[in-house]
Amino acid sequence: MSYVSVFTLSVLMLMGFIYLHTFSYMAQQTDSTIESEINGLKESYRHDGIPGLTQLIANRVSPESVGSVILVLVDPRLNVVVGNLERWPNVPGTPDGWLNFKLDQKQPGGETPRWARARRFRLAEGFFLLVGRDLHDLEMSRKAIARTLTWALVIAAVMALVGGLAITRRLLSRIEMINQTSHEIINGDLARRIPTGSTGDDFDQLSTNLNQMLDRIEELMEGVRRISDNIAHDLRTPLARLRNHLDELKSDFKNADDAELVEQAIQEADGLLATFNALLRIARIESERQPDYLVDVDLSQVIRDAADLYEPLAEEKSQTLEVAVPGTQALVQGDRGLLSQVVANILDNAVKYTPPEGTIRVNLSNGPLSVSLMIADSGSGIAVGEREKVFQRFYRLESSRSSPGNGLGLSLVAAVVSLHHAKIRLEDNRPGLRVVIDFPKRHG
Amino acid sequence: MQLLVIEDDAKTAAYLCKGLKESGHNVDHAGDGKDGLFMAMENEYDAIVIDRMLPELDGLSVIRTLRAAKKSTPVLVLSALGEVDDRVKGLKAGSDDYLVKPFAFSELMARLEALTRRSEGDGSQTVLRVADLEMDLLSREVRRAGIPVELQPREFRLLEYLMRHAGQVVTRTMLLENVWDYHFDPQTNVIDVHISRLRGKIDRDFDQPLLQTIRGAGYCLRA
Repeated sequence: MSYVSVFTLSVLMLMGFIYLHTFSYMAQQTDSTIESEINGLKESYRHDGIPGLTQLIANRVSPESVGSVILVLVDPRLNVVVGNLERWPNVPGTPDGWLNFKLDQKQPGGETPRWARARRFRLAEGFFLLVGRDLHDLEMSRKAIARTLTWALVIAAVMALVGGLAITRRLLSRIEMINQTSHEIINGDLARRIPTGSTGDDFDQLSTNLNQMLDRIEELMEGVRRISDNIAHDLRTPLARLRNHLDELKSDFKNADDAELVEQAIQEADGLLATFNALLRIARIESERQPDYLVDVDLSQVIRDAADLYEPLAEEKSQTLEVAVPGTQALVQGDRGLLSQVVANILDNAVKYTPPEGTIRVNLSNGPLSVSLMIADSGSGIAVGEREKVFQRFYRLESSRSSPGNGLGLSLVAAVVSLHHAKIRLEDNRPGLRVVIDFPKRHG
Repeated sequence: MQLLVIEDDAKTAAYLCKGLKESGHNVDHAGDGKDGLFMAMENEYDAIVIDRMLPELDGLSVIRTLRAAKKSTPVLVLSALGEVDDRVKGLKAGSDDYLVKPFAFSELMARLEALTRRSEGDGSQTVLRVADLEMDLLSREVRRAGIPVELQPREFRLLEYLMRHAGQVVTRTMLLENVWDYHFDPQTNVIDVHISRLRGKIDRDFDQPLLQTIRGAGYCLRA
């Protein structure tokens, strides 16, 4: 908008300059015409005296001669000798005789008084001569120019406004495009890129630069992930071999204490293997973009099964496990195994972090647009600042470092949730943690 | 048992054959899919252990060909792939069990035992018996020494699986897969709690414990 006003103001100034310049030029033209006419009349006067001048003026102002010329010759008593004015204009003028005065002729329908510009001077014999121009035509031209320039100004302003709006909208739509893409990337779709046009303008260059930056970031992230996956993959086989060697060794130890040590080593190896397997499983789920094997899964059944698996564990800790699922099916498009693991992992955490006598509630609601799963516990909960971080691999809360676990449970949950185009959020259950997952409703 | 191992990786094959032989089985080894299929067709094996990725002919094709030729030898597929739907593909091709590499040898052994026993049993029993423990599959009643034992549906299925594999080592993973149809290991050892609860119902009031824990391997129901 400020652009439009700046543009309009400069056009206004330009127009004003043109107007003033043109008008002063026209006024000058008038003056110089009068000047040259005076010179002509002076010449005639020098040759033929008053009678010759009278004759000449009479010819010039005869009714047949048209034009805006004003000529008056008066005798020393200011009586009109000859000319096209009835009276000698009695108005003050400049020292060298220039003056502007009103013509008092009756105009046909002319309500505005007509102005004239003239120069008067004294002739040798006491006669006065007035040479001037009716300014009516000049005034008309001035008005015409003013009108034209005003219209030009209006048109320019309107065009500036329309053009400005069009350009602004184009810019806004491109910024909006960049914003939208950024949001999608922030929301996890790291493969997204900002569309670039073919014009190679500033926006295209900006988009290209941003895209290159995103490529670089993705490359780095991919690199970090690949390294951890490669480590997991490459160490898995020798670790399994180590575990099996220990297993073979176990039977050789007759001493119970030694056998116990070997057994502990085997369990350590099993724990490491489980971590590596979980890491690789997450990597595989994340790399799976458009799974074609997803089928209708009844979330109610998935939850009942998982609750059934964890119920004795909760009971052992004197916790109450309340399960509320609809009696009817709650279908989502998914992988039953992965969804079961999601529910199992969250329940596992809930049982682990809820104190004895605590309550764990599982609730499934089948809405018109989404199927919403909620698992709430009465444990210590997760601080707001850490809620995003717990989905990172190997991230563990300070308070839970001493309890068993590999810090991959919620990473897997996040990967599976994203695979199912679902949304997960962690909330405060006052006290405790509430995990809510919204699954999009199955199509059709 | 008469076993066939079809595995192209020499190290894995040597390790498998050595372990199986030490466990008292006769083992044949084939290094590629073609040889493996030929040997499986020619001889009668109690079970076949086959790698999924093989030169000449891949594992799943070998199984499909065997099944098409009406060979019902139990097959256990080994795979380095752990794709989410991989197990399903393996089972669809006609394999009986699926084990992702790397695996503990005890896990493989337990599964092979389960596979060969399954092919022995006639599956039409209506009453399962282990010592004085009795399970009626039709009336869904369980008695220990004639005294009725009250079980939840899931406990019933757990006990049924253990009784069907009485005398064999059953791993936690096998229980998760067969009783809960879960193909992942939960973080906490939930199975232990289920087992101890079941133990409380069938063993607590009796002198002779039937449900035993095999350290580092799993459980075993035996007299």
